[in-house]
Amino acid sequence: MNIEAIVFYLFSAITIIAAIGVITVKNSVQAVLCLVLTFFSASALWLLLEAEFLAITLVLVYVGAVMVLFLFVVMMLDVDFAALKQGFAKQLPLGLLVGFALFGAVYWVIRSQVFGTDKIPEPAKHEQGYSNVEELGRLLYGEYFYPFEIAGVILLVAIIAAISLTFRGRRERKGQSVREQHRVTKEERLKIVSMDSEEQYADMEITDTKQDEETTL
Amino acid sequence: MSLTHYLTVSAVLFAISVVGIVINRKNVITLLMCIELMLLAVNTNFIAFSRYLDDSVGQVFVFFILTVAAAEAAIGLAILVVLFRTHRAIDVEQLEELKG
Amino acid sequence: MALFNQLIIIAFAPLVGAILAGFFGKKLGKKWTHRIAIGLVAVSFVLSLKFFLAFLYGAAQPINQTLYQWASFAGIDIQVGFLVDSLTAMMMLVVTFVSLMVHIYSIGYMHDDNGYQRFFSYISLFTFSMLMLVMSNNFLQLFFGWEAVGVVSYLLIGFWFKKETAIFANMKAFLVNRVGDFGFLLGIGGILYLFGSFDYAPVFDKMAQARTLQESLTAGEVSALSAVGLEKTFSPWGGIEWSAISFICICLFIGAMGKSAQVPLHVWLPDSMEGPTPISALIHAATMVTAGVFMVARMSPLFEFSETALAMITLIGAITALFMGLIGIVQNDIKRIVAYSTLSQLGYMVVALGVSAYSAAIFHLFTHAFFKALLFLAAGSVIVALHHEQDLRKMGGLRKAMPITYWASLIGTLALIGTPFFAGFYSKDAIISAVAEADGWGSNFAYFAVMAGVVVTALYSMRMLILVFHGESRVEESAKAHLHESPKVITYPLILLAIPSLMIGWLMAEPMLVGDYFKDAIVVHQAHDTLVYLREIFGNAFAFGLHGFVTPVFWLLLAGAVTAYICFAWKPQLAQMASGIFAPIKTILQNKYYFDDFNQKFFAKGSLGLGRFLWRYGDKAIIDDGIVNGSARSVAKIAAKARKLQTGYLYHYALLMLVGLLILIGFLLLRG
Repeated sequence: MNIEAIVFYLFSAITIIAAIGVITVKNSVQAVLCLVLTFFSASALWLLLEAEFLAITLVLVYVGAVMVLFLFVVMMLDVDFAALKQGFAKQLPLGLLVGFALFGAVYWVIRSQVFGTDKIPEPAKHEQGYSNVEELGRLLYGEYFYPFEIAGVILLVAIIAAISLTFRGRRERKGQSVREQHRVTKEERLKIVSMDSEEQYADMEITDTKQDEETTL
Repeated sequence: MSLTHYLTVSAVLFAISVVGIVINRKNVITLLMCIELMLLAVNTNFIAFSRYLDDSVGQVFVFFILTVAAAEAAIGLAILVVLFRTHRAIDVEQLEELKG
Repeated sequence: MALFNQLIIIAFAPLVGAILAGFFGKKLGKKWTHRIAIGLVAVSFVLSLKFFLAFLYGAAQPINQTLYQWASFAGIDIQVGFLVDSLTAMMMLVVTFVSLMVHIYSIGYMHDDNGYQRFFSYISLFTFSMLMLVMSNNFLQLFFGWEAVGVVSYLLIGFWFKKETAIFANMKAFLVNRVGDFGFLLGIGGILYLFGSFDYAPVFDKMAQARTLQESLTAGEVSALSAVGLEKTFSPWGGIEWSAISFICICLFIGAMGKSAQVPLHVWLPDSMEGPTPISALIHAATMVTAGVFMVARMSPLFEFSETALAMITLIGAITALFMGLIGIVQNDIKRIVAYSTLSQLGYMVVALGVSAYSAAIFHLFTHAFFKALLFLAAGSVIVALHHEQDLRKMGGLRKAMPITYWASLIGTLALIGTPFFAGFYSKDAIISAVAEADGWGSNFAYFAVMAGVVVTALYSMRMLILVFHGESRVEESAKAHLHESPKVITYPLILLAIPSLMIGWLMAEPMLVGDYFKDAIVVHQAHDTLVYLREIFGNAFAFGLHGFVTPVFWLLLAGAVTAYICFAWKPQLAQMASGIFAPIKTILQNKYYFDDFNQKFFAKGSLGLGRFLWRYGDKAIIDDGIVNGSARSVAKIAAKARKLQTGYLYHYALLMLVGLLILIGFLLLRG
C-alpha cells in the first residue's frame, strides 16, 4: 500500500464520516463545522487528483466565504435547533432505504462492464513545471471567456438578489408607497361634519345664482 | 488508485446527502447544506473524470459549478432569512403553502 | 327610356313605397302614406300594362338581363336579374293590378286601424316581393321572392298581432310553408347539381336541345336526355334509382304544394283568413298562392320530361280541386268559404299543369285572380258593413242595402262557377277539356274530380250568395240600424275588378288559350299536348261561349246551382234534412278531413315530444351532464385525487425526484 492509497483512504473516510455528521448532529453549528471538515478533506482528495487550483478555491471560497455565511445565518437566527432534529429517527428507515437504493444503482453503474470505468488506465503524473493554474487560466480566458463573463454576471445577480431580499429599508426614509395610496378609503381622507345650515347666506346665494342665470340668458 | 475509487466516494457522498434530505424534516439550513454536499459529490466526479480522461475542461465545469453554487448558497440563505422573518420558523413541515 | 330601366322601376317602385310607408309613415300621416304607396304601385301597373300589351300584340321580345352580380364562385354566378317574357308580363299585370285595387280598397277597409301605415308598407313590400319572384331570371332570386312573399304573408296574417288565433294562424302558415320550401330548396340544389348554374337560360337551352333531339330521334325520353348529358340519377333511398329530372321536378312541385296550398300542405290557407280581408284577396287568392302554379309553368321545359312528376301533379291537383270544394259547402264563415273555393280553384290549375295544359292553368290563374279578388273584396265589403261580422247565419237579405256589392258578388260568383261568357268559363272549360284529352296516369280520376268539382263549386258559391244577399235578413239589430253601401274607395275597386271578371275571358281566351301568346315561355311536347281538341272546336270566343251551353259541364253547373237554390232559398228545410241524413259526412267535412287534428297530434305533439326527448336525454343528460359538466366534473374528480400529490412538503418532492431518478437509472441499466 503506497502513500497515495493511504492518503486516499484516510481522506475518503474523513469526508464520509464528516458528511454523515452533517446530517445527523443535533446542533446546527456543529453541522456546519462538519460540513467544513467535509470540504477540507474533499479538497485533499482533489489535490490527489492534481486539481490544485480548484482544491485551493474550494477551501478559500467555500470554507472561507460560504461556510462563514452559513455559520453567520445559523447564529443569527433565533431558533431552537435542538427541537429541529425531532422526528429524525422516524424518517431514518425510509432515508436509508432510499440512500442505499441510490447508492446501489450508482455503484452498479460504476462497476458495470458496460460503462467500462475499470478499463481507463491510471494517468501518468504531470511532469515538473506543469501548472494547473496556467492550464485552467488558458481555458477560462481563452475558449471559455464568454461563459466566464456570464458566471461573473450570475454572481452579480446573486449579490443584488440577496441584498434586495433581505434589505428592509431605512426607517426614516422619505418616499411614497403606491400600494398604500391605492388602498386609501374615503373615510381616511374625508371628514363629514354635520351642522346646521346658515340660512341667511343660503338665501343670498340663491338670488345671486338667479341673477347669474339671467345674465347668461 | 483507479477511477472507480473516486467515483465510489462521490457516490457515497451523494447518497448521504440524499438521505439527509429525506430524513431531515425540520431544518431548512440542513437541506441547504445537503445540497452543498451533493454539489461537492458531483464536483468530485467531474475532477476525477478530468484527471483520468486527461481533459482540463472538466475542471472548467467545476469552476462554473462552484460559481453557481456560491450564488445559490447566497440567495438560498437570503431567502431563509426572509422566511424566518415572516414565519418566525425554519421548520420544513410548516412550509406547506403549496399544498394542493 | 330603355326597356330594362322600366323593368327596374316596375320592380322597385313598390319597394320604395314600402320603405317610405314603413319608416316614415308616422311623419307622412295616413293620407300621404296611402297616396305615395298607391302612386308608386300605379306606376308599376301602368308600365306592366304597357309590357303586357306589347307582348299581346307580338311587338315585344323576351328580355333577359342581369341587373347586379352579387357573388361568383367556382364558376357559379349569383345575381339579380330580370327575365321578362309573355308569361312574366301577364303575371306582372295581374300582380300590379290586383295590388293596386287592394291598395285603394284598403283606404276604406283599414281607415280606422292603428296599423294603417304598417299595413300599406306590408302590401307594398308584398308587391315588390311578388314582382321579384315573377320577374326573376334565376333560381336563387326566385327563391328570394318565394321566401319574401312568405314572410310578408306571415306578417299580414298576423297583422292583428294581439289576436291569439291570428298568431297561431301565421305561425301555422309559416311552418307549413317551410315543409314545401325544404322540397323547393332541394329542387334548386338538384338544378345546380345537374346544370351547374342557377340561371334559367342554360337550363332551358339544355332542355330545348333535348326536346329537339327527342322529336327527331323518336326513341323515347331517356336517349334524348342522355344525349345532352342529363341522364343522371339520384337514389335518395337505398335501391330505388330516380331520374334526376323527375327528382328535381317533384322537389320543385313540393315547394309549389306549400305555396299554392295543395293537399296535404293546404292546411294553412283557410287559417290565413285571420288576416285583414284585402290581404286575403291579394295574397291568399290572387297572387302569392298562384306562385306555385306560375313556377311550374315557368319550368315547363323541365316538367315536360318527367311523366312521374306530371302524374303526381295531376293526382294532387285533382284531390285538392274536389275535396277542398266539398269542405266549402259546410262552412259558415264567409271568408272561409271563399278560401276553400280558392283551394279548389288552385287544384284546378294544378290539374291543368299535370296534364301539360300549362297555358290553360296560367289562363285560369289569370281569370281567377280577378274574380277571386273581387269575391274577397266583396266579402270584405259585407264584413265592413256588418261591423266585422263574418258568420253567414247572421247575414241575409243584404241585396237591397248593398246593391253594388251584390252585383259585384254576383258577377264574381258567376265567373267562379263557370257560367258561359264569364271569365271563369273559358279557363275552366279549357282545363276540363284538357283533362278529358289527357291519357296519363291518374287522368281518369282527375276528369271525375274536375267534373264533380263543377257541381260542388256551383253549390257552395250559390249557397253563399243566397245566404248573404237573399232571403230573410238575419242581421243583428245593432248592426241593422246603420246598414248601408260601402264607401267609394271600396266600391270602385269592386267595379274595376268586376269588369275583367266579366270580360277578360273572351278577350284573352283566343290569344292565350288557343293562340301563341305563350310561345316563348311555355313548352309542351307534341305527345303531351292536351289542348289540341280545344283548338279544333274553339272557333272564336263568342262561338265557344255558345258551345258552352251544350256541354255536360254546363248541365252539371246548372244542377249545382239549382240544388243550392232549392236547398237554401226555396225550401230551407231541405237543407236541414240533408244535413241530418249526411251527418257523418258533414262531420268529416266540418273537421276538414281531420288534417288539422292529425297535424296537431302527430307533427306538433310529435315534434314537441321528440324535442322534449332530445332535450331531456340528448341535451341535458348526454351533452350537459355527460359531456360539458361531466368532463368538468371528471377533471375536478381527478384533480381532487391528483392534488393530494401536492403535499407542499419539500422533502416529498425531493423524494419523488429521487424515485424518478432511480427508475430512470434502473431502466437504462436493465436495457443494457
